[in-house]
Amino acid sequence: MFRRLPEIETATQAVSFTIDGRPASARAGDSVAAALLANGVTACRTTPVSGAARGPYCMMGVCFDCLVTIDGTGNRQGCQVRVAPGMAVETQNGKREVER
Amino acid sequence: MTQPSRGGEYDVAVIGGGLVGSALAWGLARAGQTVAMLDEGDIAVRPSRGNFALVWVQGKGLGMPEYAGWTKKSSDDWSGFADLLREQTGLDVAYRRPGGFMPMLSEEDLQARANTMMRLHNQPDMIRYPYEVMDRETLRKELPFIGPDVVGGTYCPLDGHCNSLRLLRTLHKGIGLLGVDYRPNHRVERIEHRDGGFRMSIADGGAGGEVRAGKIVLAAGHDSARLAPMVGLSAPVRPQRGHVIVTEKTAPFLHHPTVYVRQTDEGGVMIGDSFEEAGFDTTLQPGISSAIAERAIRFFPLLGKLNVVRSWAALRVLTPDGFPIYEESKTAPGAFVATCHSGVTLAANHALTLAPLIAAGGLGDGFTPFSARRFHVPQAA
Amino acid sequence: MSAPNPKFDFDIAVVGSGPAGLAAAALAASKGASVVLLDEQAEPGGQIYRAVTETPVRDRKVLGPDYWHGAELLGPLRDSGAAHWPGAVVWSVARPREDAADGHRPIQIGLSRNGSAAMLTVRHVILATGALERPFPIPGWTLPGVLGAGAAQVLLKTSGLVPSGATVMAGSGPLLWLLAWQYLQAGARIDAILDTTPKENWRAALPLLPGFLRSPYLGKGMKLMLEVRRKLTVIGNVTALRAEGAIGGDSALKSVVYTRNGAEHRLPADTLLLHHGVIPNLNLANATGCAQRWDEQQRCWRPTTDEWGATSVEGVSLAGDGAGIGGARAAEEAGRLAALDALHRLGRIGREQRDKAAVPFRAALDRALTGRAFLDTLYTPAEAFRAPADDTIVCRCEEITAGAVREAVRLGCSGPNQAKSFLRCGMGPCQGRLCGPTVTEVIAAERGVSPAEVGYYRLRPPVKPITLAELAALPKTDADIDAVFKH
Repeated sequence: MFRRLPEIETATQAVSFTIDGRPASARAGDSVAAALLANGVTACRTTPVSGAARGPYCMMGVCFDCLVTIDGTGNRQGCQVRVAPGMAVETQNGKREVER
Repeated sequence: MTQPSRGGEYDVAVIGGGLVGSALAWGLARAGQTVAMLDEGDIAVRPSRGNFALVWVQGKGLGMPEYAGWTKKSSDDWSGFADLLREQTGLDVAYRRPGGFMPMLSEEDLQARANTMMRLHNQPDMIRYPYEVMDRETLRKELPFIGPDVVGGTYCPLDGHCNSLRLLRTLHKGIGLLGVDYRPNHRVERIEHRDGGFRMSIADGGAGGEVRAGKIVLAAGHDSARLAPMVGLSAPVRPQRGHVIVTEKTAPFLHHPTVYVRQTDEGGVMIGDSFEEAGFDTTLQPGISSAIAERAIRFFPLLGKLNVVRSWAALRVLTPDGFPIYEESKTAPGAFVATCHSGVTLAANHALTLAPLIAAGGLGDGFTPFSARRFHVPQAA
Repeated sequence: MSAPNPKFDFDIAVVGSGPAGLAAAALAASKGASVVLLDEQAEPGGQIYRAVTETPVRDRKVLGPDYWHGAELLGPLRDSGAAHWPGAVVWSVARPREDAADGHRPIQIGLSRNGSAAMLTVRHVILATGALERPFPIPGWTLPGVLGAGAAQVLLKTSGLVPSGATVMAGSGPLLWLLAWQYLQAGARIDAILDTTPKENWRAALPLLPGFLRSPYLGKGMKLMLEVRRKLTVIGNVTALRAEGAIGGDSALKSVVYTRNGAEHRLPADTLLLHHGVIPNLNLANATGCAQRWDEQQRCWRPTTDEWGATSVEGVSLAGDGAGIGGARAAEEAGRLAALDALHRLGRIGREQRDKAAVPFRAALDRALTGRAFLDTLYTPAEAFRAPADDTIVCRCEEITAGAVREAVRLGCSGPNQAKSFLRCGMGPCQGRLCGPTVTEVIAAERGVSPAEVGYYRLRPPVKPITLAELAALPKTDADIDAVFKH
């Protein structure tokens, strides 16, 4: 669980996006992974091997644990993509589907 | 379970720990032989770690019908082989035989392919097997995701695939259970045939020392070319490079293997391949990977969005005519060579047919067509 | 691609815009070379100076003066005229075999930008790929809620996010203390710090203390650690750790169990931040074919380089933590040295000019590295964390345990590449970054040989995923096409 330092709310712009269709709010400059954590979503997918839950771990693009579906494209590294207004972020279950 | 024999002496030493070597070692140990398997180390030229994992029949053997028959036999025995391995080791090598396709991108290619299949089956002594030449619409019923460029293809119900890396691991586990003495970092420097047996000197960079055996089987892939002449054999093999690409794990969607694209039991999509004469250089060429990717997308456009997670270049072990060599030495009886570039497809044969023959003492006349003497016929002027 | 006279897009490409890359690009471009700085992040700074141009944490005391030093590297870059391409993921660096007509063999860089891949041809490349956190495999480290301390620091820098709820930090090393100190400044909650620094390390590190005492960074680091120890609960001599989810569930972290003096203790936790040092991020160098060696003092693999950062592959050099851990200030100087050498190799400056210009940088580098041996030795993780117990997942992607790796060794796997074939460990999308060091250590311990003898994964491009469509759109020669289609 993560919270925003109080000063940030005034220092940055709010960004509206969705997590699994639910409205959510982040701040300009957030990566998708940071935006998920800021919204209380610590688990963003289940693995394609055992189905175990995973969440962001490294936040620098090396661990590939924060994979999510972004605007319909699966297996994107949430920590490497900036959240954008209107973005549709979806958590993932197991293996990626070939058509998304 | 047999015990490794005393003082580094074995009934058989198998030289090479890839798919050919470990399938033979497994079969030899099952036949009651005491076996050592001598292998190189962690980094070596290892086609067994880079292959495409097809258990493939269609199209093989034009020019040598015995090879077509040998291939079909292995395919027929593969299911039982996989069962034996599972019973012994508890590991599933994921063998499936749903029938395989060779899709085609032009009418000329499809016609040429149909002709090849016809000529193959018109050879004398050919053991025929079912196959179909399909037009686009028929093919699309089986492979719904084909792209607009695909004009048709050939299909053979005998074709299948497995998890070839798990096969390698399973065979290694199996030979361990059978008491085979597996020796990594044992690159064989020299082989001497003396007193009716064989002495192998191990390279000093590795373990060093000497291993002795009554019989030896050269299953060393590319290195068999160097080793064979030491025991009066010949293995004129050369490396032919092939690039392979694999994608991230994807929910199952491709239910048949094709020659170029298959989905593994774990979900990744394997995409091949290329044919390059580049010596032992395994450096990846981005342009070749790109051409492979482009072709795969023409076959199955929906692959385009998938992420490539790994790619590699492996070196096929190729004889001048592309067919295997199986032979016992005339001058050093008890020395055998087994080399092929289809170590997955032929694994069942190597384990269940070839190994028992070697254990019993000889290959017999059936293997005469596979002798390397076929390359020594003087060329007509 | 392999045309006889390749057109060079740039003289020099620098990969990574942390301190080494920023300094290298600025210096090389200021001497007239055409330079492109490629970086996968949207803004320069690397991880150490992550978001230094735009962090919402404007209270400068929170991130501290060492962080804000990063901003000083940006002016010289801007003034130098170097091109800066953010959002450029480099997935391949290769030197084709064909020689160019002018004697310079081109380096080809595969990159992906805005969803499309391209090949860039340059004369020289400086890899400044930095460091990543040393994998810290404990039971439960894959649970949501368990993150690297470095990851938590990125969240702080980029987004002003700090943990809420019960928070435990565990491990050892300077970054752990720095983060704890930054959290203190920010008023974030930390319930406990579990210090895993092995007691024995002090004995080995003590002889190196005099060197450390000469370090210009000593005062700062020491003050910071003392402040943290004074204000927070620090539990030392922790010898085992595990993260646990709800009973019978694996959906999120609930508690941290640690062992101290042989007894187990449990702390409730919503967030566990793990850290035991950083290691070179060497995937790109490895896949490029650069030779690497085992560094016993830092207990990690590092690409082999000369005093200028030149690797075993002609035209490819390394600068910064990607070549061996030295910290941000050392990285900066190493970047400048690599840039000078690249300029010399390209014929832009003579040998004497290079050597003369290098004098102050080399002196600064030596100063920055003073005391490093002490830190390396003191913070060497205990073997129990480097080669964990059988039930611990080591490969997060393929979910392979240490026990499975040990079983592969018993089957005869003498190194990580055969183990990778047998188990798939290291075959997932992270390409061994999160398991490679552990797999080497586990195999070495199981075989009773040194990690140097065991070796490391042989990696291949793409070192970062690109889509099949991107790959398909790359340029191809007729020979490439024939190799695929004419068969």
